[in-house]
Amino acid sequence: MSVSVQESDFDAGAEIAALSHGRTEVGAVATFVGLVRRGNEDSGVQAMTLEHYPGMTEKALEDIVADARDRWHLEGVRVIHRVGRLEPGDRIVFVGVAGAHRGEAFAACEFIMDYLKTRAPFWKREETPQGVRWVEARESDDSAAVRWDDIEMRR
Amino acid sequence: MNRVERMTIKVLYFAALRDALGRSEESLALPPGVSTIGDLQAYLADRGEQWKAIEGGKSVRAARNQRMVASSEPISPGDEIAFFPPVTGG
Repeated sequence: MSVSVQESDFDAGAEIAALSHGRTEVGAVATFVGLVRRGNEDSGVQAMTLEHYPGMTEKALEDIVADARDRWHLEGVRVIHRVGRLEPGDRIVFVGVAGAHRGEAFAACEFIMDYLKTRAPFWKREETPQGVRWVEARESDDSAAVRWDDIEMRR
Repeated sequence: MNRVERMTIKVLYFAALRDALGRSEESLALPPGVSTIGDLQAYLADRGEQWKAIEGGKSVRAARNQRMVASSEPISPGDEIAFFPPVTGG
């Protein structure tokens, strides 16, 4: 199972080990771990709740992984995204990519995160001293995902 | 599926959009003249002031049967349609 959406925490070390376990063709494992950030002290985030669209979320993540596998030759991919209430310092997301060499592992890991940010149906609601607010999508996330289309066109 | 179910669509609303509309889901007889996602948004926006939020341009995204789609996407009876703000996961 390469994609999980879950309330529970994950063990990044165990996930990294699993990506190459018994696989001597794997020469590189690149990973990304996203964390809840407090931000500045005054308007800092006390907690956040991640909502998602059950059913679509899993499909969207699987599509992104399939897209990455079309672009690079990968030996293994693991994506875990947490939902529910999380506090600063908590892990939110894990992306791990195993490949023969570092190039495809680094690139695919970044690609999956960029696409996840714009295509997977998750929404963050933050609790701050000023009250509860939905996080606004960032233009920079769209441009981060779009640049992969440009790379595709140049190939 | 009985005859009534065949003629209806399920519509879901998420996150800030759900809060603005005060509703998370509904079943709806596919209204006459509604054949695309954009048509459905215009139809829903006509319900009243609160519903104008459904026509939010780039700030409202849509999915048909759990795949992200453009407003020109056709709708068929039995579809699951969802409207939501741009996603903010990761």
